[in-house]
Amino acid sequence: MPLYSARVLVSLRPSVLDPAGEATRAAAARLGVDGVSRLRIGKAVEVELEAPDEATARIQLELLSDRLLANPVIENWTLELKDSASAGA
Amino acid sequence: MTLGVVVFPGSNCDRDVKWAAEGCLGIATRFLWHEERDLSGLDAVVIPGGFSYGDYLRCGAIARFAPLLQEVAAFAERGGRVLGICNGFQVLTEMGLLPGALTRNQKLHFLCEPTDLAVQPGPCSWLQGYSDGEVVNFPIAHGEGRYQAEPEQLRALEDNGQVVLRYVRNPNGSVGDVAGLTNAAGNVLGLMPHPERACDPATGGVDGRRLLASLLG
Repeated sequence: MPLYSARVLVSLRPSVLDPAGEATRAAAARLGVDGVSRLRIGKAVEVELEAPDEATARIQLELLSDRLLANPVIENWTLELKDSASAGA
Repeated sequence: MTLGVVVFPGSNCDRDVKWAAEGCLGIATRFLWHEERDLSGLDAVVIPGGFSYGDYLRCGAIARFAPLLQEVAAFAERGGRVLGICNGFQVLTEMGLLPGALTRNQKLHFLCEPTDLAVQPGPCSWLQGYSDGEVVNFPIAHGEGRYQAEPEQLRALEDNGQVVLRYVRNPNGSVGDVAGLTNAAGNVLGLMPHPERACDPATGGVDGRRLLASLLG
């Protein structure tokens, strides 16, 4: 079965306060990097998945992203599905 | 009356709940391991505080998929009384039994202190021992207790009387000062503060007793 690799990016929705991002932004100024006007912290999740075809892989990855990796109440997610990494046995 | 107390890997208030219910109030309790499915003979279930599954991914995100919690969801659906304390509240929101989500405290600190709460019992069966507008004191102990919901959702919850506990002095940035919520039917309660740590006079106040004593109603 083909192996698909994907990266799911999970970020806090714009309306949700990101105190960790704000604290990091404040530290950027202390490092001497001025002018950082926005800094939001999210997660990048790398996934490899076996599926019969790309359409099936996408459906499974979307389910995974929406129901487990992200909480849509507070987070948005985007899915980058790469070409089949290799053909399995 | 028998109370079930859920135990996940990483729960750390399960024994506090047992002491409060059984030791202080004489309510028989039974621990429920997260891989079990048997809720027979139970009148109510508590999802206690702690760090279920290490709080990996998000607080409560992994716990939601525990076999036991599928049964707890069905139990709540049938009108069974479910109480989620702290991490348990986070789990209830991840399960979708209560709306919204709990996020990092506004000032990032882990907060561990006694907290005044205004009670509006509304339809909540767990809070019928308290009067409307009464102020009680329960300890909080959390790093991710900032309640988050969209403004229109919060308004709907308020209109429906489901915001049953509010912080008198908001410690964590929760919208609407929300400290605890009930579902529309009133059988499910989730709250960040710890009523089970306010039951034994040896460790401070006893304002939490009436919450658990509601089971003896």
